[in-house]
Amino acid sequence: MAIFVDDKTRVVVQGITGRDGGFHTREMMAYGTKVVAGVTPGRGGQKFDDKVPVFDSVAEAVSEQGANTSVIFVPPFGAAGAIYEAADAGCKLIVCITEGVPTVDMVKVTPYLQERGARLIGPNCPGLLAPGIAKLGILPTSIVKEGPVGLVSRSGTLTYEVVYQLTAAGLGQTTCLGIGGDPVIGTTFMDAIMAFNEDPKTEAFVMIGEIGGDAEEKAAEYIKAHVKKPVVSFIAGQTAPPGKRMGHAGAIVSGGSGTAAEKKAALEAAGIPVAERPMDIVPKLQEIWKS
Amino acid sequence: MNIHEYQAKEIFRSFGLPVPGGKVARSVDEAVKLAEEQGLPVMVKSQVLTGGRGKAGGVKFCETMDDVRANAEKILGLDIKGHIVRKVLITPAVDIASEYYIGMLIDRDSKKVLLMASAEGGVEIEQVAKDTPELIFKQTIDPRYGLLDHEAMGMGMRLCPDDIKKARQLAAAMQKLYKAFVESDASLAEINPFIFTPEGKGHAIDAKVNLDDNAMFRHPDYEVLRDLDEENPAERRAREAHLSFVKLQGNVGCLVNGAGLAMATMDLVKYYGGQPANFLDIGGSSNPEKVVNALEIILSDPEVKAILFNIFGGITRCDDVAQGIIAATKAMDIKVPIVVRLTGTNEEEGRAMLAKTDLVPAATMDEAVQKAIELAG
Repeated sequence: MAIFVDDKTRVVVQGITGRDGGFHTREMMAYGTKVVAGVTPGRGGQKFDDKVPVFDSVAEAVSEQGANTSVIFVPPFGAAGAIYEAADAGCKLIVCITEGVPTVDMVKVTPYLQERGARLIGPNCPGLLAPGIAKLGILPTSIVKEGPVGLVSRSGTLTYEVVYQLTAAGLGQTTCLGIGGDPVIGTTFMDAIMAFNEDPKTEAFVMIGEIGGDAEEKAAEYIKAHVKKPVVSFIAGQTAPPGKRMGHAGAIVSGGSGTAAEKKAALEAAGIPVAERPMDIVPKLQEIWKS
Repeated sequence: MNIHEYQAKEIFRSFGLPVPGGKVARSVDEAVKLAEEQGLPVMVKSQVLTGGRGKAGGVKFCETMDDVRANAEKILGLDIKGHIVRKVLITPAVDIASEYYIGMLIDRDSKKVLLMASAEGGVEIEQVAKDTPELIFKQTIDPRYGLLDHEAMGMGMRLCPDDIKKARQLAAAMQKLYKAFVESDASLAEINPFIFTPEGKGHAIDAKVNLDDNAMFRHPDYEVLRDLDEENPAERRAREAHLSFVKLQGNVGCLVNGAGLAMATMDLVKYYGGQPANFLDIGGSSNPEKVVNALEIILSDPEVKAILFNIFGGITRCDDVAQGIIAATKAMDIKVPIVVRLTGTNEEEGRAMLAKTDLVPAATMDEAVQKAIELAG
């Protein structure tokens, strides 16, 4: 088992004929993910790599191919539109990889998704990889391994770094999830933690946060009250100067709040160990897991 | 993108908010001329992209032309928290009977725009939030309907319970501010203070707006609002080369793929007793042109004594990345040592290629950081 995906996940890729969309569709398929359709308006009737039918709309991909999950690789100006379309067509899981989506667009998208019962992951995220089940997004499959650890992160390559270390230590994963670095995102730390807590296969998990906002603090409160499974955390951005956006639109210390120190203090107060360095995450997890 | 008060006021004015007139002067003579045109008394207000201007002596009330001249002389060239004042706003001084705070921002928790308002206007709102949070009223706004009349009026009445006329003006200002926020793609919009004159007329006499960088593609007209004087030259170059870069004070230059890993790399440099010179996310591509741009930006800082590449390849092949780094460094005349950490697909091949050059290969992030600090001396 994994969170958010299972063997019934049938994927439509929005932007399948683009450079990134095409490249990552091949990677997803090579991992065994059921990519059943692609969407590029104006390219309906074509086939992607002679295998995957391409449609003009997500609605057709859903009705013709039974797609229930969308992975979005369209440019920022079209990303919100692609999310609305996927939700309206009935996709219940939507993964938006696109970086650079305006925040106001995400604010407007949110109630639309809620009304249709669709879960969004991202935007500006690497997506999700459930080893042995499916890959929705761009996480590298070479570094994962099936196993009992869940991982949720606001970052991309920092996630890979930690997954790599988990796998090297023999700790496989149920699901590796990148929720994205923007201020307004679909699936939050809290959502992911609740899902990991309920997932019977996930025995322990890792939460990788960064400066900006207070999602880590909120998650800490929840974990303290409800989670019995071992959890270890890491927070990136201790050395970030205030007021500067550190790459991710959401990674900014503003008005003295959202600092790494505050997050670390909140997590530790909730009894969650916070690793000083990425390489300390795995040993810390092993330590609390055994005891 | 942060913009100046006078620019924020232009935006507010275009959405119908009551903003007093005013123009920007770049010299003392120009300031005096504008004051003569507008008529006394005026305010001379420094235009810099930082808060605390009043405390730093950057905002002055002037009753005479001599005051205008003397204050403009003092303020132009003033250093406010590292920002040099190059422009002053000359604006009519209005009599203030009462002051309010109205602000909007993106609330990450509710995923909505959040209206905050307080009768404690004209002071630092962060301080009010800390000392007396009960004096700040909040209202999240449903994006489907906007700030509804009863919500705005409810807020107006909370701020001004005894004066329906003032409450109405505040409510109207809040609704206009919401429209301005959404339509200009702001991430923050504040009026502090919104004032009433003794006659009961409302004015937005200060304005602060941050614009969402991600939305600039639909506001090409806002590109001119960018104040290049306020931008660090290296940061400007990075922006033009589409690289995420933030200048810091240390001597270890960092080139990393991914923002989270880049932050973690800076933190690790500090952990081992070094000082990072910058934050730089080079993104997923390893093309030599991008690497050259990044290296030039980092090396424009004479403090940089060593360079650290931290690349987690993922799907990108490490031999390709190594080739990109080698091509870029060959094309340049680089005097400082370069440590390269590569992990991912084909990492051994990548490191073998690096071993044939002057570049210093490293297998892990920790090893790379320690080597770079040592070489930086």
